[in-house]
Amino acid sequence: MDDMQKMILEYVEEEYLEDEDEAIDVDTPLISGGIVDSFSMVSLKRFLENKYNISIPDEKATPEAFDTVDKICALVKEFI
Amino acid sequence: MSHIGSYDERVKNFSWSISEKELDYKPGDLINIGWYCTDRICEQGKGDKTAFIWEGMTGEERRYTFHDIRRASNTIGAFLKNQGIRPEDRVCLFLDRVPELYFGFLGILKIGAIAQPLFSAFGDEALLVRMKDAQTKAIITQRKHIAKVRRIRDQLPWLEHIFIVDYDGKHPLQEKETAFALDREKPVEKLDVYSTQAESPSVLHYTSGTTGQPKGVKHVHYSLISQYLTSKWVLDLHEDDIYWCTADPGWVTGTSYGIIGPWSLGITQCVLDKGFSAEAWYAFIEKHKISVWYSAPTAIRSLMKAGEEAVKKHDLSSLRHLTSVGEPLNAEAVIWSEKVFGLPFLDTYWQTETGSIMISNYPDMRVKPGSMGKPFPGIEAAVLDPATHEPFKEPGKIGLIAFKPGWPAMMRTYWNNEETYRAKFKNGWYLSGDRSSIDKEGYFWFTGRDDDVINTGGHLVSPFEVESALLEHEFVAESAVVSKPDEVNMEVVKAFITLKPGVETNDDTELKIMNFIRKKLSPLAMPQEIEFVDSLPKTRSGKIMRRLLHAREWGEEIGDTSTLENEE
Repeated sequence: MDDMQKMILEYVEEEYLEDEDEAIDVDTPLISGGIVDSFSMVSLKRFLENKYNISIPDEKATPEAFDTVDKICALVKEFI
Repeated sequence: MSHIGSYDERVKNFSWSISEKELDYKPGDLINIGWYCTDRICEQGKGDKTAFIWEGMTGEERRYTFHDIRRASNTIGAFLKNQGIRPEDRVCLFLDRVPELYFGFLGILKIGAIAQPLFSAFGDEALLVRMKDAQTKAIITQRKHIAKVRRIRDQLPWLEHIFIVDYDGKHPLQEKETAFALDREKPVEKLDVYSTQAESPSVLHYTSGTTGQPKGVKHVHYSLISQYLTSKWVLDLHEDDIYWCTADPGWVTGTSYGIIGPWSLGITQCVLDKGFSAEAWYAFIEKHKISVWYSAPTAIRSLMKAGEEAVKKHDLSSLRHLTSVGEPLNAEAVIWSEKVFGLPFLDTYWQTETGSIMISNYPDMRVKPGSMGKPFPGIEAAVLDPATHEPFKEPGKIGLIAFKPGWPAMMRTYWNNEETYRAKFKNGWYLSGDRSSIDKEGYFWFTGRDDDVINTGGHLVSPFEVESALLEHEFVAESAVVSKPDEVNMEVVKAFITLKPGVETNDDTELKIMNFIRKKLSPLAMPQEIEFVDSLPKTRSGKIMRRLLHAREWGEEIGDTSTLENEE
């Protein structure tokens, strides 16, 4: 796992996971899996923008693009 | 042929006794929604028919017949009774869309207790306020939400029981907590259903208002009369339909039309307990051959965003009838659905307070895209002049949507708040809080709210509740919360904030405040944008002029600013 994957995974665990026993990894569905809803996606997008000093256009911030940590990493890398 | 047939004929010959007769109900009889949705269907010989197809997060699928849901609701009802739950006790359902939510709802009603469903994404404060107001005696929840309950339970002296439906034994149970596993309980074949009558309370749904805390909308078992007939005539549910209502039972659509309506008609319904994904939704429709679909404009606009290619990958030919609720359905969405599904989404309009559909488009009535449609037969609806509370006589004038009280599913009061309930009536009309006009042909056209309440993705958010929560954040000195336009959700929450002296704004300030509200209230209430300002516009008496900020966000005329204190 690289630094970006680790950082985003930890943030999702810290901010969005309710159940302390629930484990997620870089492939776990976040949006379709009900861990992050479409409203909360905005705060996750803001976190990424702040952390990596990027701006993700709204049309790129789709539920599909945010569905796993791996997909999020791929999206972030487009704008770094 | 649709159930409603000619709308005009139905209006001419309408009486709620049509519904009563079909349900074999006579005034003065006992009436229990839990019994009607399960036992009665089994007594009609449909016990082996599939009632419920449930699919979970991981794709796990479960199927239940009407006999199964009868037994499951009996089992939960009997369990609650044995735990000391009595008629009219409030029992909160704080669950994702798991089967126990649906069966628990019916089990609570069967023993005469009051079901209080709450959206499982609510944060601590939102949960606390609603349970405190209802003096909730028991909560049924699951492991993933137990931490929220534990954080607030000391502030809930009336709460005697916390039932956990998926306890796995990994951590010890704490005070007042009991494990309840439906599949490990001995099924209860026969339960003495409590003798509820027409006016016996059934459901307590909380909704947001402009000022004050959320209001508990009290419904009664007689609401079934409206919910049954509107499900039949508007959703046009037929014996062999496979129905999918995408609403969560934490909100009124999820109970009125996600439990009561379809099951009182003996219809097979599907539930997908999963977050939104266009691909997953289309696959679900294809897999289960869904024929009637009740969804929301926000979801429809999200599907539009996902594009037509996503639709083409699936065989959606099972779809027969599409309906929508929650916020106005824009004309583009209606036209789009006709193009890609070959069927228009028909808009329906109603509220938590009305309990059932009030204004709607109907299967055999001409659809005017963007219109709310016409009042359900038996519903007297009007647009009132805001100055006189008299109905406008001429078409096209924008005013207050109002209804003559008396339909079966009308709320009976706001819990502990009779004064606010009475204030909803003027001149013999129930005021919905929404505005519209009526055209020459009697179609209603929604124009907006009559107050500051924010309708985001079909859910109402009180600016007052968000502002109050913001003030509890260590950085915030003052705040004003308004709506701002949003392509998908129609509108979203925006906060204007002045910070306390010495607090610096940096990239993380906004994020910290957003997450604070998300966890305290809910993701819906979380401001999607925060604007930090030096001061907020106020009247000379010090009241924040939210109206000015709202007008700015929507590009509207600011109007009279003569009372503005800090006008430049």
